[in-house]
Amino acid sequence: MIELKKIKKSFNGQKVLDDIDLTIEPGKITVIIGQSGGGKSVLLKHMIGLIRPDSGKIMIDGVDTTTLGEKELNEVRKKFGMLFQDAALFDSMNVGDNVAFPLKEHTKLKGREIKAIVEKKLLQVGLKDVTHKMPSELSGGMRKRVGLARALALDPKIILFDEPTTGLDPIMCDAVDKLIVKTQQETGATCIVISHDIDSTFRIAHTVAMLYHGKIIEKGTPEEVKATGNPVVRQFIERKVEDNNF
Amino acid sequence: MLRLFEFAGRPFIYLLEEFGRILLFLLSIAAWLFRKPFRLKEILKQMEFVGTNSLVVVLITGTFTGMVLAIQSYYGFRKFGGESLVGATVALAITRELGPVFTALMVTGRAGSAMAAAIGTMRVTEQIDALYTMSVNPVQYLVVPRVVASIIMLPFLTIVSDFIGIAGGYFVGVKLLDINSGIFMARIYDLLVVDDIINGLIKSAVFGFILSLIGCYKGFYTTGGAEGVGKATTQAVVMASVTILVSDYFLTAVMF
Ligand SMILES: Nc1ncnc2c1ncn2[C@@H]1O[C@H](COP(=O)(O)OP(=O)(O)OP(=O)(O)O)[C@@H](O)[C@H]1O
Ligand SMILES: [Mg+2]
Repeated sequence: MIELKKIKKSFNGQKVLDDIDLTIEPGKITVIIGQSGGGKSVLLKHMIGLIRPDSGKIMIDGVDTTTLGEKELNEVRKKFGMLFQDAALFDSMNVGDNVAFPLKEHTKLKGREIKAIVEKKLLQVGLKDVTHKMPSELSGGMRKRVGLARALALDPKIILFDEPTTGLDPIMCDAVDKLIVKTQQETGATCIVISHDIDSTFRIAHTVAMLYHGKIIEKGTPEEVKATGNPVVRQFIERKVEDNNF
Repeated sequence: MLRLFEFAGRPFIYLLEEFGRILLFLLSIAAWLFRKPFRLKEILKQMEFVGTNSLVVVLITGTFTGMVLAIQSYYGFRKFGGESLVGATVALAITRELGPVFTALMVTGRAGSAMAAAIGTMRVTEQIDALYTMSVNPVQYLVVPRVVASIIMLPFLTIVSDFIGIAGGYFVGVKLLDINSGIFMARIYDLLVVDDIINGLIKSAVFGFILSLIGCYKGFYTTGGAEGVGKATTQAVVMASVTILVSDYFLTAVMF
């Protein structure tokens, strides 16, 4: 279980997260929506301890990670897999080595077994015959899918997806959505997904949370969120721009 | 008056801060140096990059340094009939100073800058964050192998540079300027002692440490996207070169 308690974070005086209280149910898919630049990626990075909050607590399975040293934090991080918004592939390694990296670091599997897992994970994200390509030779969408395969390589208990479908074609979006749902069902993992795609959000989410001006202003099942009375949320999910903004 | 202090003080404070940050970075390198897993494969990869791939550059600069030294000292010594000392002058200057320093400056331009650029790019594209999320410490994975490889390889490159530099001096002195080959070599044997070479190599190991430390440091704390990477790279080369030359003075003062 992941609990964020009273998380505050500013960058150079600019408040990004303002008193966030958020509990992520284990074994569910939670989708976080919100404006571009609203702090969603920052929120996700807090969960895995990449950014430390100015104040507040982050409890992962009952442990407050904000007080941990690097060694203990690394143990906690082994539960996680993370897909970065821009994939963050290692550009000195080919695709196969990128996906194999966490396996080589944290398992004692033999080269052959690792190769089999790598191919399987790549196939799951719809990539074939790319293991020897370098990241710079791939399209943005392909890079993202390699990042996805890398995040899933160790079958983590908690998976963070920063905009897994942004930049993919509609069919690939659907495939990735299904992959997230299927992975969640098969492994029982806790999935936290950041998304800009409202349709896909309501399709895959068990819980939807909306981040707005540094606060969680709405959280509930897709049905609850769809029926919300909050005008900001309504506007966001109906994709309308207020007239006076133009 | 106060303004003046402020004006003079600001760069000083900046330097002090920078020095503090490098020191902290150094401490974390030292801490990760002895922790498992030891990244032998990465070290070998970096040894190839720093050492083998710098060989051609070092050979060319080493040769011509020796050659130009021979010409210059020849015209100087000829004025009072001291041509026989050309060989020894070249050998001493190269093994003590020019071999280690020029090699280090060339490697700074080639490998030190590349370290800053590679690690800086990894920083701004979140690859360093990705390492953290996979419970791999980036100082251990990226920085330690580069520093270790540089400390090991710089002395090797310097030996090559020493040798080829003296050979270049021999070629110019004996073949082009007609100094007697026996005298040229005899003077080298008379005046050059093993300690000259060893001290030069110790210096070069220190230079390897400096250029890799600064290259990695500048890369590791890069901010500001692609432009930031460019800045970090330039700063790494300038800062490492200056530090190498300054520390050369102090090392020399202590050693000889
Ligand atoms: N390391 C950082 N240093 C300074 N400011 C930062 C840093 N990371 C994020 N910010 C700022 O925090 C704010 C939120 O950024 P974040 O990347 O979380 O947005 P986001 O919700 O993920 O947006 P998008 O949907 O466009 O990805 C932005 O204003 C950004 O400028
Ligand atoms: Mg984002």
